[in-house]
Amino acid sequence: MPRIGVFICWCGTNIAGTVEIEQVVNAARSFPGVVYAGDYRYLCSEVGQKLIKDTIKKENLERVVVGTCSPRMHEVTFRKAVAEAGLNPYLLEVANLREHCSWVHKDPAEATPKAIALVRAAVSKASLDEPLTALMLDVEKRALVIGGGIAGIQAALDIADSGYTVDLVEKEPSIGGRMAQLEKTFPTLDCAACILTPKMVEVAQHPNINLLTYSEVEAVSGFVGQFDVRIRSRARSIDPSKCTGCGICYEKCPAKVPSEFDMELGKRKVIYVPFPQAVPNIPVIDRENCLYFKRGRCRICEKECPAEAIDFEQQDEIIERRYGVILVATGFDSMDLTGYGEYGYGQHPDVLSALQFERLFNASGPTAGQVVRLSNGRPPQRVVFIQCVGSRDIARGQNYCSKICCMFTSKQAILLKEKLPETEAYIFYIDLRTAGKGYEEFQRRAAEEYGVIYLRGSVGKVFPEGERLLVRGVDSLSGRPLEIEADLVVLAAASVPRRDAPELARLMSINSDRYNFFDEAHPKLRPVETHTAGIFIAGACQAPKDIPEAVAQAGAAAAKAVTLLSKEKLQSEACVAKVDPARCSGCLHCEAVCPYGAIAATETEERVRGELLTRTVAEVNPALCQGCGCCTMTCRSGSVTLQGYTDEQMLAEVDALCLQR
Amino acid sequence: MIFSESYHRFIDELKKNTGQDPNQCYQCAKCSAGCPVVAAMDLLPHQVIRYLQLGLLGELEESRTPWICASCFTCAARCPRDLDLARLMEGVRLAVLRLREGNRLSPADLELTPEQLEKLPAQALVSSFRKYAK
Amino acid sequence: MHYRYFPGCTLKTQAKEMEDTALAAASALGIELQELPEWQCCGAVFPLSDDELITLLSPVRTLAAAGGEPLVSLCAACHHVLKRAQEVIKRNPDTREKVTDFLEVDYAGEGRVLHFLEVLRDDLGFDRLKEQVSHPLAGRKIAAYYGCLLLRPAKEMQFDDPENPTIMEDLLRSLGAEVVSTAYRTECCGAYLSVTEEKVATATAEKIVHSARRAGAEALITACPLCRYNLENIGGPALPVYYFSELLAEALGVAALKEVARG
Repeated sequence: MPRIGVFICWCGTNIAGTVEIEQVVNAARSFPGVVYAGDYRYLCSEVGQKLIKDTIKKENLERVVVGTCSPRMHEVTFRKAVAEAGLNPYLLEVANLREHCSWVHKDPAEATPKAIALVRAAVSKASLDEPLTALMLDVEKRALVIGGGIAGIQAALDIADSGYTVDLVEKEPSIGGRMAQLEKTFPTLDCAACILTPKMVEVAQHPNINLLTYSEVEAVSGFVGQFDVRIRSRARSIDPSKCTGCGICYEKCPAKVPSEFDMELGKRKVIYVPFPQAVPNIPVIDRENCLYFKRGRCRICEKECPAEAIDFEQQDEIIERRYGVILVATGFDSMDLTGYGEYGYGQHPDVLSALQFERLFNASGPTAGQVVRLSNGRPPQRVVFIQCVGSRDIARGQNYCSKICCMFTSKQAILLKEKLPETEAYIFYIDLRTAGKGYEEFQRRAAEEYGVIYLRGSVGKVFPEGERLLVRGVDSLSGRPLEIEADLVVLAAASVPRRDAPELARLMSINSDRYNFFDEAHPKLRPVETHTAGIFIAGACQAPKDIPEAVAQAGAAAAKAVTLLSKEKLQSEACVAKVDPARCSGCLHCEAVCPYGAIAATETEERVRGELLTRTVAEVNPALCQGCGCCTMTCRSGSVTLQGYTDEQMLAEVDALCLQR
Repeated sequence: MIFSESYHRFIDELKKNTGQDPNQCYQCAKCSAGCPVVAAMDLLPHQVIRYLQLGLLGELEESRTPWICASCFTCAARCPRDLDLARLMEGVRLAVLRLREGNRLSPADLELTPEQLEKLPAQALVSSFRKYAK
Repeated sequence: MHYRYFPGCTLKTQAKEMEDTALAAASALGIELQELPEWQCCGAVFPLSDDELITLLSPVRTLAAAGGEPLVSLCAACHHVLKRAQEVIKRNPDTREKVTDFLEVDYAGEGRVLHFLEVLRDDLGFDRLKEQVSHPLAGRKIAAYYGCLLLRPAKEMQFDDPENPTIMEDLLRSLGAEVVSTAYRTECCGAYLSVTEEKVATATAEKIVHSARRAGAEALITACPLCRYNLENIGGPALPVYYFSELLAEALGVAALKEVARG
């Protein structure tokens, strides 16, 4: 029996307020193997750590049990302390007396016996602890950034500026993302393109950035420091080394389809660049709609191209590459509003989503910058904006507030007033949320300087009546039902994750919330990390956010990524699975369930009745194993063990917990 | 505002019978915005919920609004809080009818000409007496 | 195609023409509607408070009487009450036990509860209906009026898109009519307020009719006798209001026959 020391922490009154510390210490002294039991007010303090270190030496301790807060908080602290005293750090066990005990009980008569039981369990487990050693693994000095919106662009630039190579993967033919679709930005009314395009150009020119547009991530394996990623770079049908970006091809292309960039309001050619400032300025042929690919005839672009850059035979390129870190910045979609039939979206051409309305202001947009009704091409005399369409709606939409709509609606109303000063603007809002530097002032300017009329309430229904739209709503402050004859109705659609976000989360084994926004590792303290080490998130793929927030988060995620990349070696997980080849039947069910690809078949030799036989068994690669334990539960013969959490240790804990008081 | 014991009894009963919790409402007033008969109401539909939240039961008892509500379910169809205001209105009507032990409509109240009465669909009369009398 | 059929009170009194034309059309289409024996009033309004059990008895008795066979009604209000009563029985075991014990019936929510329009759309199919149209309503500009009870609450009624329904327009198109779209087709007509608050009912009905007229409609169709009553009793220029079944029978050429037979 190893010599075990037990240290109980008061955590101020957090534990000591509910748990009778003295009783726990006294009880611990009687547990098998315990040669020392003591307590301290704050065990995590330097004094507390010193107490542990000194006692290890003085009492010649071989195992240490601490009864403290959750191991998620301070396991690392205490492992370090134990190691500094010369013990293997994995000879430490944490009994969670705070989150699992004192915080969930009020009555010391209940909490104290439970604390004793938890310590007894930890002691039982500790007596079976074995020293473990982590591997030191290489770090591939290359980063992958997924998503070329403002967050992805910023993150790529920051990582690249730190001297590391970055591959920036963007699904669309150009980087720029949602921000590229905007005319102006709140609360400064900067022209979005004027502040975004310099960054796009910087990406294109940066020696450390390898831009992969029209490309998607198809597979991810490996682990922090060594992610192996397969990327499909779709065929543009254009040879980028020849293309000069002259634009003759799309001028001459005879086929048109609705433009995604203009939110389906305008048309684009089938060979196209999504917008004039696109980076790279190399067109793509949309093969689904191309007359040649559909019907085998046309090839006008090929005839017209002076650089002979058109290549109908071009194949998708598969890129397989290793990365040390991955940063995900896939952004957001505007919610599909077909479930809101009362507003007539999709039924009437003058009912638009906010992102569609934004495109009307843009000189290269569907109306060449003219703010007009799409039904008749005339400027609107009255525009009604409706906020919270799909946001804060537990029945038909999203439970959350989309955060940016109050501000972009005020911005659009101001833009409208600047373009058409005589046009009336009404905004139906439920609550005005303007938390942000200069935001409240901006909204007040809209109301006070521009005369935008804010109506606190909702719209029940939009009735197309003759040429106009009769908006029936209510102003709840005056308690008056209202009917407004409008020419345009603009809906502030909720921000939702990209449609393919769940698929990407699955590829990368990162968590998502109930809405499919990617989950951060800790809502306060680890806001840009995911639960998968080495994968970071930034921008609106995590939750709705505006440009300054997305940029700040991108910078933070880049800093985290660079911190990892700057390390020569990374310590691997020490608590990894291990196969006992003598008992393994070679069924390889473990291989099938392993989320990290850490298990593979191998051959083992054994002597049966004097004969040397070769047999297939499973083998764990300790560099890949993350210690999740799926394999141990799948194994029928019980031949896979998770080191640090062996069956014997678990059962010893259970036995200790089940002991009569 | 009266959050007395009787208020809590009333609200608990209302919640139980209608399956709706007035505190779920954040006063967006979408119900009032879409209500086809709102013009005839003294309290707007969202105000009825507000009065329930604030315990202004005496005022609700005096209001015309629950009796104007025609149970068209438009409010419930669009409520972002998934509240069925039509049910809450029914709960208020029933509470008033039971409290007063009197009906709001009796055959003598009908101001219909014999000609109208002949044309009026049976369902209209049955519905009215079901809604306004117990 | 065989269905049990629940007419409801109004169809035997003020709305006879709805029943007559629907039955004539049904038989022409090979749809057999077998009237339930000894049926009674559905209760006209669905009880919205869960402690109102007495008023559930009548619709549940009707549902049980259908014996699990598909049960069809023509009146929107009857269909609404029957459909939602069935939902209560399906979803609330406590209520089910009380009500069925009292009625001494064995009913757990089985059987489809259908409006006749759903039979035409889902069981017969508007395409097949179109083939049987002998007197298409060519050039007739008709607007559909849905009202409330067929559509809402959508989760329970499962009838059509509650804000942008199409079933009546699809019917009109299959009958060869020119469909006029009207903004107020799903707004309430005022319902039974015509008994106690006539002005309120008139005001709501007027909005519906005037909007349809402005949109170019020459007539409206409805599936509810009370809607029809309200839409007809307005101030200002009115529009003819028909039951959907009247135009259906006319297009099938069975209305004329019926009139001859009656005459």
